[in-house]
Amino acid sequence: MDLSLSDEQKQLQESAERFVREKYTFENRRKIAATERGWLLENWAQFAELGWLAIPFSEDDGGIGFGSIGTMIVMEQFGKGLVLEPFLPTVVLGGGLIASAGSKAQKEALLAPMIEGKKQFALAWLERQSRYNLADISLKATKEGAGWSLSGHKGVVYNAASADQIIVLARTAGSAREDKGLTLFVVDGKAKGLSRRDYPTQDAFRASELTFDKVSVGADAVLGKVDAAFPVVEDSVDRAIVALCAEATGCMDAINAATLEYIKTRKQFGVPIGKFQVLQHRMVDCFTNAQEARSMTLMASLKIDDKDGIVRRKAASGAKVQIGKSGKFCGQSAVQMHGGMGVTDELSVSHYFKRLTMIDMMFGNQQHHLTRYSNLAMAA
Amino acid sequence: MDLAFTAEERKFADDVRAFVKANLPADVREKVKNGKHLGRDDYMRWQQALGRNGWLVYTWPKKHGGPGFTPSQRYIFENVCAEEYAPGIIPFGTKMVGPVIYTFGNDEQKAKYLPAIRESTTWWCQGYSEPGSGSDLASLRTKAEKEGDHYIVNGSKTWNTMGHWADWIFCLVRTDPKVKPQEGISFLLIDMKTPGITVKPIIMADGGHEVNEVFFDNVKVPVANLVGKENEGWTCAKFLLANERLGIAAVPQSKRGVEALKDIARIEQDNGRPLIENKSFAEKIADLEIQVTALEYTELRVLSTMAHGGQPGPEVSGLKIRGSEIQQRISELAMEAVGEYAAPYLPGLLWQGSNEEPVGPEYAHLAAPRYFNARKTTIYGGSNEIQKGIISKMVLGL
Repeated sequence: MDLSLSDEQKQLQESAERFVREKYTFENRRKIAATERGWLLENWAQFAELGWLAIPFSEDDGGIGFGSIGTMIVMEQFGKGLVLEPFLPTVVLGGGLIASAGSKAQKEALLAPMIEGKKQFALAWLERQSRYNLADISLKATKEGAGWSLSGHKGVVYNAASADQIIVLARTAGSAREDKGLTLFVVDGKAKGLSRRDYPTQDAFRASELTFDKVSVGADAVLGKVDAAFPVVEDSVDRAIVALCAEATGCMDAINAATLEYIKTRKQFGVPIGKFQVLQHRMVDCFTNAQEARSMTLMASLKIDDKDGIVRRKAASGAKVQIGKSGKFCGQSAVQMHGGMGVTDELSVSHYFKRLTMIDMMFGNQQHHLTRYSNLAMAA
Repeated sequence: MDLAFTAEERKFADDVRAFVKANLPADVREKVKNGKHLGRDDYMRWQQALGRNGWLVYTWPKKHGGPGFTPSQRYIFENVCAEEYAPGIIPFGTKMVGPVIYTFGNDEQKAKYLPAIRESTTWWCQGYSEPGSGSDLASLRTKAEKEGDHYIVNGSKTWNTMGHWADWIFCLVRTDPKVKPQEGISFLLIDMKTPGITVKPIIMADGGHEVNEVFFDNVKVPVANLVGKENEGWTCAKFLLANERLGIAAVPQSKRGVEALKDIARIEQDNGRPLIENKSFAEKIADLEIQVTALEYTELRVLSTMAHGGQPGPEVSGLKIRGSEIQQRISELAMEAVGEYAAPYLPGLLWQGSNEEPVGPEYAHLAAPRYFNARKTTIYGGSNEIQKGIISKMVLGL
């Protein structure tokens, strides 16, 4: 047993750190967020060049086999810089789904160019009524000749506007909320009958509402097996959760560092406010929370590839509970300790706070995952 | 980075388990399993068995007679012992004064005291806190005045754990009252049989006798019993506290505690169903289990850093705080689980090991005393507020 980074892993960490330091100063990030796309193609090209788009994939799939620990390492640094490039939707979710469920032809057509930096993906699963239930899907795919026709609505689809392909979770059989009867389809981002309403998110990412009006796809658009997508999606989302946890630990480190610096320099009553015990203890609690978040993220990154599904699901949910709790504590405390400045757009603090808040909302919040964890842990 | 144990480590785990199964007295195992109080002899039988195998001082390096375990082996050893219901090792000799002696003591002291600690033939206790010196430890006033080749010790110590069973006590005493508080303290070893020492029990809220006041009335202590230099005892004191921090998180015991809590919740009934099926109660246990996992992985990260020759980072400082809060939460939920059956107070069964029939299940009458008792965990070893003060100053630079 050894939980320290190997030399290769340390190099990856250092190169991700360098990228964030050089390309993601707070002012730079503001400019990137204001561009039309909301992220930079040149940064994506650099990811490809550095091999980062190949990190989680096996060598058989054209990857570099760094696995979940590799994803954890880069996502943590992305969190420190609030990086906007769509690594999560394109690489972790899109690439991950194709690697786990795709045919040889799909991997060649989609995964290989994605690793080269030439393709963007989005996962469209959520619907207005779904909340956090991955099986609450009513967008319908019906047989149409050799292919399928998709009709319905998808919401808060991250990276949809930039995506060359959208991976759509659709109902092909069964009733609402049944986990059987779900199928994944790879749909062209510019497909006829697909319309989008694009918008920025609270934390400066980009997402869209999608309407599918009789969108026709061929039989080869099916990713994995018909009617059997649920376990594949659940596993992929759990991986995305662990990646998000790593991003959140980076956010917490950054927001804690900013707050610590602030309370050392901000003076009131003639002394730096960090001299007040009530703030000192709160700051200590922030650091303890961030340490726990880091520990749970590491645990989940190590266990998310376990062959036992219960171990994987408990790992993801346990980590998400911790991230929700710690992220909220660090975020709210940072704003409070910054006083009025904490609620302005001017300082980075409010931006980290917004990202941490939205991460808790994604793929199930703290309460949702506590219930899921509890159901898994008490059954044993 | 790898979570799996090597073949060698798995073999080591098997060896530890086989050893515990063969050497832990069955009656002691039962007491630990049922959460009963242990006597001096219970601890001694187990510790001496470990001592014969060289494992009692499992945190010591080889050059001082320890097994020189790797961090992974330490983790395995602690976990297997807890899983097999071995009692916790009394830390006063093994984790506190022992390392102080081999770090700051002279050769004569090492030869005199260390073998008996390794073999558990002496019982040590701690003389730190005083009635007027709690969190502000450096304000201590028990004085030691030199007269020829002896110190004459006068004063009193309190919150002295298990001193009524002890052969020796290590004390912080004031040897210079005129300098800054930290600069006039010395570290002294005192034989509990020395004339002038009185041990007076303090009965705790749970009705138990675990701690004492110790009074020193013109107690003659040879100068040879001074560890380190005179007036430099604060260095030993700080070293001891830092050394203590790792194990104090009690992760293996808390893992065992969560499992025991689940067992109770499977037996207790709630509206005709096992309590564990009550969603809100189950989620309280789940939340606790997640806290224990976070603590465990924080400790594992520290161990991995140490295995690579690094020093524990800031993460180690939070271990005592979170570890103690978790121990309290376990006891709180166990009490919540038994409901009104927490009320019956059966001191005979609890303290004297009588054979009287428990009221309700065996675990029920233990629940409240353990809850009351566990409030100590956020107070001792430097209260959690003191710990936060230390982290704030030493780690955050505030």
